Amino acid sequence: MKSTATRRDFVLGSAAAAGALSLAGRHAFAADPLKVGFVYVGPVGDYGWTHGHDLGRKAMVTHFGDKVKTTFVESVTEGPDAERVIRQLASSGHGLVFATSFGFMNPTLRVAKQFPKVKFEHATGYQTSPNVSVYNARFHEGRVVCGTIAGRVSKSGVAGYIGSFPIPEVVMGINAFALAARKIRPDFKVKVVWANSWYDPGKEADGAKALVDQGVDIMCQHTDSPAPLQVAETRGIHGFGQASDMKPFAPNAQLTAILDVWDGYYIQRAQDIMDGTWKSHSIWWGLEEGMVKMAPYGPAVPEAVAREADAVREAIIAGTRHPFTGPIKDQKGALRVADGETLSEKEIAAMDWYVEGVEA
Amino acid sequence: MNPESAVLVMLTVMSAATPLLFAALGELVTEKAGVLNLGVEGMMLAGAVSGFAVTVTSGSATLGILCAALGGAAMALAFGVLTLTLAANQVATGLALTIFGVGLSALAGSGFVGMPVMPLPKLAVPGLSDIPVFGPLVFGHDALVYLALLATGGIGWFLAHTRAGLILRAVGESHESAHAIGYSVIRVRYLAVLFGGTMSGLGGAFMSLSYTPMWAEEMTAGRGWIALALVVFASWRPGRVLLGAYLFGGVTILQLHAQGVGGLGIPSQVLSMLPYLATIAVLTIIAAGPWRGRLDAPACLGQAFRPPK
Amino acid sequence: MPFKIEARREMSRRLLFASPLLALVLTVLTGFVLFAAMGHDPVAALYHFGIAPLLSLYGLSELMVKAAPLILIGVGLAVGFRANVWNIGAEGQLTLGAVAAGGVGLMFWGEEGFWVLPLMCGAAVAAGMAYAAIPAFLKTRFEVNEILTSLMLTYVGTLFLSALVYGPLKDPAGFNFPQSRMFTDSALLPIVLEGTRLHAGTVVVILVAAAAWVLMSFTIVGFQIRVLGQAPAAARYAGFHRKRLIWLCLLLSGGLAGLAGAFEVAGPIGQLIPVITPGYGFTAIIVAFLGRLHPLGIVLSGLLIALSYIGGENAQVEVGLPQAVTGVFQGLLLFFLLGSDFLVRYRVRMRARPIMRPT
Repeated sequence: MKSTATRRDFVLGSAAAAGALSLAGRHAFAADPLKVGFVYVGPVGDYGWTHGHDLGRKAMVTHFGDKVKTTFVESVTEGPDAERVIRQLASSGHGLVFATSFGFMNPTLRVAKQFPKVKFEHATGYQTSPNVSVYNARFHEGRVVCGTIAGRVSKSGVAGYIGSFPIPEVVMGINAFALAARKIRPDFKVKVVWANSWYDPGKEADGAKALVDQGVDIMCQHTDSPAPLQVAETRGIHGFGQASDMKPFAPNAQLTAILDVWDGYYIQRAQDIMDGTWKSHSIWWGLEEGMVKMAPYGPAVPEAVAREADAVREAIIAGTRHPFTGPIKDQKGALRVADGETLSEKEIAAMDWYVEGVEA
Repeated sequence: MNPESAVLVMLTVMSAATPLLFAALGELVTEKAGVLNLGVEGMMLAGAVSGFAVTVTSGSATLGILCAALGGAAMALAFGVLTLTLAANQVATGLALTIFGVGLSALAGSGFVGMPVMPLPKLAVPGLSDIPVFGPLVFGHDALVYLALLATGGIGWFLAHTRAGLILRAVGESHESAHAIGYSVIRVRYLAVLFGGTMSGLGGAFMSLSYTPMWAEEMTAGRGWIALALVVFASWRPGRVLLGAYLFGGVTILQLHAQGVGGLGIPSQVLSMLPYLATIAVLTIIAAGPWRGRLDAPACLGQAFRPPK
Repeated sequence: MPFKIEARREMSRRLLFASPLLALVLTVLTGFVLFAAMGHDPVAALYHFGIAPLLSLYGLSELMVKAAPLILIGVGLAVGFRANVWNIGAEGQLTLGAVAAGGVGLMFWGEEGFWVLPLMCGAAVAAGMAYAAIPAFLKTRFEVNEILTSLMLTYVGTLFLSALVYGPLKDPAGFNFPQSRMFTDSALLPIVLEGTRLHAGTVVVILVAAAAWVLMSFTIVGFQIRVLGQAPAAARYAGFHRKRLIWLCLLLSGGLAGLAGAFEVAGPIGQLIPVITPGYGFTAIIVAFLGRLHPLGIVLSGLLIALSYIGGENAQVEVGLPQAVTGVFQGLLLFFLLGSDFLVRYRVRMRARPIMRPT
């Protein structure tokens, strides 16, 4: 049953498709290639968030061949620099610009106003305009699968969670994980340590060690480096990879990983521009659409647990299970979501409270 | 906290302190000779990437560590040529060295992102390592941790008790007098700068081979700057560098522990401020206390020297 | 050695201007080799790095916007550096200035009034000064080294801003994302040049640089600062108040860094966000020295460094140069600039034929 599609399958598949397409394309179109710009908040070599988006960019190049020409600018500070870079991309013939960090929202909107013909895609934000779309992934759906496995695999019943910053995306991930684990094991606890950084391998490792010393035997993270998982490996506990398959760093410890797969979306949006069908939208894709995927299960996941996790994944895809269905109590024990009710997307997107069992 | 978990915390503190210790000790020797090199971060990154790349390619961690030392020293050499031979401004050159090092290491390491490497082996002496508390604390580290501790003692002894150490300090205190007596100020400073680079390189190697065994861009995440501050904190004394590195590492780990325990109701940002505030507070107490002693920097720190005539 | 190096009695005026040109030539040559070795078209790369950003009015305005905080902070730091007061925490003072300006801007959110903006700037200067007063106090009272305190306080300042934008200053309608509301018009710096981001703050920056030039070159205080730096013993002998000058240097540099923070949030940013500065406080240290600690030199070096950043982005967009390469190139540029200073202060002479010349 360990048949979860990996990112590699997808890339290989789309590469094959690209071969066929670009051959056909060369004969069909004589137009100039579509120029697509990417604005990254970190270096492409971070092996985390930016690395993931760059893989999406490369998949787009593989898919379209010489029908697209991509440009990227790395390590752009969120603020005035971002606005200049985005404007630079918009004014140099790029038809589509991906701004891949929340902090690029206002700069993107400002530039978009002045370049109505250029289409913009802003990741993880909440404001759209006629030529600015918003896209994000329901990473928390993956956390439900992780929580289910954690509830079964953990002996101590306590998981550690390395957080970056308490933004809704991270908070909803922690909650989704905790709820899923507590569904299996009602006394399950999640201890959160904030690194106050998206990317500081040393500090992420220190936080992970502190958590292991406090008795956690499952390590989760919402930071970019594989360091926490490496700590899990050396300390003989288990954990979950973040953003990409981190198995090389923790062959025994990694139970599975939540994969950010931007490939499909990036290819589709470029195709929309080529077809003239691009429209501004706000999408939040998850397991169903393949923007979130699970890495193959690690050796420490028993067959029965793997089957259970697969069932959870399929239930989420089928819409029969939702990460935030009541009854949900908050940290203080007050009922936040009544039995049978489900949080709306808007409520999830602005989440700033923790569920019962989370120590943060 | 029971003894076992106290030992585990101590081990974590020691590994958090080791890269700082390496870099700060190297910078201390450099500064003792009167040279201020603010490029520690760049040299650490050069060491981290060379150490990682060579270890992965050759399969030998020893060779990797050696090349990390060389990588750091090569960066220091560039700094030396500019500041010692060409008498360029040290502060600005050091900062430029960091910019250069960040770029160069990213360029050199681009093929190594996402690759694993075997962490450095722990010492593990049969029998001894199994003694509770004492065993893991004394025998549970990898070679670089011991090297850093040895270097602390060695540098302290070198500066205080050897002729060469005396000359080095003389050059830092008054380059004109040292020159007048007949020492080659430039040569001494070159050696000190190269030593500083070597140590920073080793600190970087500890990052990429032991602390978090991997390569990623800018993975030192500002530790070079903390190392610089620790030299000042230590009032240019190796023993106090050790104290400072363990204090900083210790408070960092403790605030993470405090977060894990939870229920404090303090924003994590405030807890994260503690290592920085503690360093300032402790230095102020040392400075204000009756045991203050000399806090002065080497008198010629940061000043360019060209032999007259 | 067949040649020898000797110090010039006076800095060579001619080389003062010629040496940066030499450095540029060397940088261009090295860059040519570097870019070609990386498989990029070296001419195009150099063009987009160093020339293209200067060819439009918009490009020039962006250059000024980027250089403004560097110049403003650099001018303040240079005064301190002349007196051997090592404030390397301008990054933190800038952040605190931004927090104060932003706090005022948000407090009077929606309020129309010409006084909002000056109040923001005043609060920012005060906050930057107050933050720099901590190292000043510890230095003058306990002899605690300001390198350590100012640097450590930078991290504390950044975390403080973070705590605010993740907490009390968060935009109530912003889905709990870490940023404040957008400032209303009265809290935004007016634009000087229509269609660009050139804000009124950049004009103030130039005025401050001019004022600093007057201070350092034509006033007693400026003279005292220079003496304190060059000959501390003489300064003590002459009865200068060392402590008072330390306070002055730190408050001045802290205040200007704080003002730079206000200009950033009330200028191109327009709200409080978790990261106000991409390292301006540290880069300004290079700017100060590259400008030879002279306010007018700092204006030029600030513009040059700003160009190297904007050019780096430009080269990424136009020729696909990775950021790592632009970092290496930037480092080389700085090395050459700093190294070529040598020629201004020293001369190289052939040793074999000593020339007798009356001097």
